[in-house]
Amino acid sequence: MNAKKGDWVRIHTVVLTADERAPQVPDDTKEVPLEMWDKGFLLNDFAAIGDEVEVETIIGRKLSGKMIEINPQFDHGWGSCVPEILHIGRQVKSILREAE
Amino acid sequence: MSASDYNDVMARKGEIMKKAVQIDYSRFESGTIAFDYEAMMEKVGYSLDEIRDIQLSTGVGNTPLYELKNLTALCRKTSEPGKGARIFLKDEAANPSGSFKARRAAVSVYHAKKLGYKGVIAATSGNYGAAVASQAAMQGLKCIIVQECYDSNWKGQPEIVEKARKCEAYGAEVVQLSVGPELFYTFLQLLEETGYFNASLYTPFGIAGVETLGYELAEQMKEKIGRDPDAVVVTNAGGGNLTGTARGLLKAGAENVRIIGASVDLSGLHMASDGQFNRKSFTTGHTGFGIPFATNPDRSDVPRSAGRPLRYMDRYVTVRQGEVFYMTEVLAQIEGLERGPAGNTSLAAAFSIAREMDENQVIVVQETEYTGAGKHIQPQLSFARENGIEIRFGNPEEEVPGESIILPGHPSLIRAVDLDLDKIRYSYIRNCVAKMGNPEDVGDKDLEYMADEIKLNKYAVKKMLHHMQGRKDSGTAR
Repeated sequence: MNAKKGDWVRIHTVVLTADERAPQVPDDTKEVPLEMWDKGFLLNDFAAIGDEVEVETIIGRKLSGKMIEINPQFDHGWGSCVPEILHIGRQVKSILREAE
Repeated sequence: MSASDYNDVMARKGEIMKKAVQIDYSRFESGTIAFDYEAMMEKVGYSLDEIRDIQLSTGVGNTPLYELKNLTALCRKTSEPGKGARIFLKDEAANPSGSFKARRAAVSVYHAKKLGYKGVIAATSGNYGAAVASQAAMQGLKCIIVQECYDSNWKGQPEIVEKARKCEAYGAEVVQLSVGPELFYTFLQLLEETGYFNASLYTPFGIAGVETLGYELAEQMKEKIGRDPDAVVVTNAGGGNLTGTARGLLKAGAENVRIIGASVDLSGLHMASDGQFNRKSFTTGHTGFGIPFATNPDRSDVPRSAGRPLRYMDRYVTVRQGEVFYMTEVLAQIEGLERGPAGNTSLAAAFSIAREMDENQVIVVQETEYTGAGKHIQPQLSFARENGIEIRFGNPEEEVPGESIILPGHPSLIRAVDLDLDKIRYSYIRNCVAKMGNPEDVGDKDLEYMADEIKLNKYAVKKMLHHMQGRKDSGTAR
């Protein structure tokens, strides 16, 4: 996948490598780098996924990082059905209907 | 970036913050433990009237207060005869950004603009980001939100991803990070690079912004029932919500209201653990923030936090994740109010506490938050299940944070669990003394200050100090 100048892309950088992490972080966190994600309009003429690129963020800040997504989108939603939830309303309504 | 950059930036923390908030905290310091909290609130903050004007100009505040009659009826079905207080709810989701945090953000952004800043930055994964972004849009400033969002597999909590979306919807840049407290380093770098204002949650004007919530609540209750409520339940994380609400109630003359803090029980989980990050379903309002910030409020991004919950708290309870999710669904099903789970922490606590109270008493839940994709019982429980968390009906007491979410099998099983407030106060005093170095240097002013800080008298503080000294002398570990 290739992007051209002006495309909206997501970039990724490593802020701190695993061995640069702060002393107070727990052991499992110490094993992984501190990573950062941001989005912006591509400033390079062309770029492929994985390239080091420069972008201008939505508020006009310039920064660089590895391009990992073109036209990044949100994919959070409503998840898959959790059937337990359906019983809650039925139960409390039946309790409310019970005679005093 | 290198470790030396990291150390350099962290070493400049004081200087960077001074430029980014322009508050000279040293003028309120005594040089020992004591600092003049009230003077700081008065001199750096705004008056209640000024804040009401600032908030009104951006449509913040004046949120509705509802009586939850069906929920009260349900509560009474599960209570002893004569028990079951009337439950009221202040619908803070009605604020422009969908939560009470708009109150804090309105004042912070107003202040930033007044001081001539071109933009604001806030470090938050919560509703505060959306609030700052919304206010920045209204008041014409640029905005950057820094959030801890993903684990090392680039898997994000749906609730946090949704907040990123909302911040972007208001035109903010969202900088997302993986798990870890070094977020603060990136935050400092951004402040230095941009010269923007630090819209901290913990400045005097941010906290003063919440005072209107308590004040309105008292006014609305007087209109509805002709008197002050008996208790107000406040979700507690960093302490600002509780502090601001309690101060507002006091300013409205509601002096005898019991202030009850409530946090989601996430005991056993480490908040900076990459592996545990996605094994919790609440990203704020939980004990992982509530207890450290109560026992040591000055751990935030400003030298002195204006949120000091132990000054106002009469009782502190925890509820479990399953109970909060359950109450979120109940609120939608019998009250017709679909709201976000995190804002219903205090609601779950109130349902249990109302059961202890008489029928003629009144308890108020002081917030709700917006809901939507990602930030809702359905996607959040679905995400938990995908991450291997067991979800079932049962007794919430069986819930183990990070392993299970137990939805109460019956509403009578919802039980707010009391935390030992005296133990928390003791930890607070111990933290103060530890910062001091030599406990012998604790003076009368310090004693008075610490007494105010934990809502006890000097005698009680002295007793705690003697107890600590005794333990130290006898070499007993606490």
